[in-house]
Amino acid sequence: MTARRALLFVLVWLWVGIPFIYGLYELTLKLKQLFTG
Amino acid sequence: MRALARSRTVAPPGWSRWLVPPAALSIHLAIGQAYAWSVFKPPLESALHLSGTASALPFQLAIVMLGLSAAFGGTLVERRGPRWAMCVSTVCFAAGFLVAALGAAAGRFWLVVLGYGFLGGIGLGIGYISPVSTLIKWFPDRPGMATGIAIMGFGGGALIASPWSTGLLGSLGSDTSGIARTFLVMGLVYAVFMTLGVLLVRVPADDWRPPAEAPAGASAARPLVTTAQVSARSALRTPQFWCLWVVLCTNVTAGIGILEKAAPMLSDFFAHTAAPVSAPAAAGFVGMLSLANMLGRIGWSAASDLVGRKNVYRLYLGAGTLMYLLIALTGDASKPLFIACAMVILSFYGGGFATVPAYLKDLFGSYQVGAIHGRLLTAWSTAGILGPLIVNAVADGAKSAGRSGPDLYTTSLFIMIGLLAVGFAANELIRPVHPRHHQPPASGGQLADEPAAPKGAGQ
Repeated sequence: MTARRALLFVLVWLWVGIPFIYGLYELTLKLKQLFTG
Repeated sequence: MRALARSRTVAPPGWSRWLVPPAALSIHLAIGQAYAWSVFKPPLESALHLSGTASALPFQLAIVMLGLSAAFGGTLVERRGPRWAMCVSTVCFAAGFLVAALGAAAGRFWLVVLGYGFLGGIGLGIGYISPVSTLIKWFPDRPGMATGIAIMGFGGGALIASPWSTGLLGSLGSDTSGIARTFLVMGLVYAVFMTLGVLLVRVPADDWRPPAEAPAGASAARPLVTTAQVSARSALRTPQFWCLWVVLCTNVTAGIGILEKAAPMLSDFFAHTAAPVSAPAAAGFVGMLSLANMLGRIGWSAASDLVGRKNVYRLYLGAGTLMYLLIALTGDASKPLFIACAMVILSFYGGGFATVPAYLKDLFGSYQVGAIHGRLLTAWSTAGILGPLIVNAVADGAKSAGRSGPDLYTTSLFIMIGLLAVGFAANELIRPVHPRHHQPPASGGQLADEPAAPKGAGQ
């Protein structure tokens, strides 16, 4: 894989990964309520 | 429009197939927003003086349009290619939000229904099926895992949209102007986010083969995995398609029955125990089910590459029956057991969605698998009506008969057990497709009306 392709690879996975991690983080906050609520 | 043509999306040499799942995810993570529509219901109801039934209309129409556009647009998606399909999905989904924004700003609810429900719903249906056949062609050795990643994205879309749209409404306001600005921001952001998928998606060249460590066709030695190709039109004439339709419909009905009523179900079940369930805990339970649903999509679907599609559906439907039976028999005796069983059922629900494209590929080949998948999604629409109808009607009937606690749901639990048994039997009836349905190869080994792709793409 060339350097440009590697950079593209990292960028596109971050593009979809960051919002996904945000969603998971918000979900864990909700999950806590099951045990503390 | 030429830039969107299938022939312009053939991967150049050296293109990594691992660039295709993010393209698919950028579409599915966006359109998965549909499951977070409930966030808009209370502000719309108070700003436009709507009933609960009316405020559900945009979502309901969107789901109907999802089923219809996937069923009727599937063949077009196969012909025009994934970039065209993703572009149509992006335009329809984002434009749907913009029209809905106009409707909210003008106080015209019918414009919200038309925009979000009709236009956005077309974006959902075309977007849902757009990456399926492309992923299967890039990952012939692991089709379950590949489609599982994309379809997991659809589940993840609501996890992102729900807190995001709640935050937007909080900062922009929940009156008509705030709702309009929220729709506007969401439409614009989704348009940019989905454009990555449109630009990134590539189809493999005809002579492309998966990397050596994952030999293509390794799974073809398994029973039920065909090397022949069946067109979407022929697939509809096979008993296998309809058996699989019943399998998907029963599996989704069983899962949706719990999912749709999760929070009140948990509260009702343990209302008469020493530790009744609070509203925040019930919300946590809904979150837990979302997680199980999402993990089931990738986990069970990837597992199906190893154990085979028929076996994994035996698990979904057989073990699903046992989980429902456990809930029905134990009642309010154990909260952890109830939660564990519900999570397993929801993981099977997600797994059922994610594994079905690979099951279709095994039975009918990859030739028009996206179009066949689109037609099969009518089972989802049917289950979307059937599941909530059963659970709500039974619970309402039991409540008016003076029952309470787990008794509100006992009958619907046994109905679900019966449905899953029917699905299990339908799965057992699935056999390899008769050769008379196979597509005859034209000279050169290519199928008669298959779109040609230039050679030379790499891995």
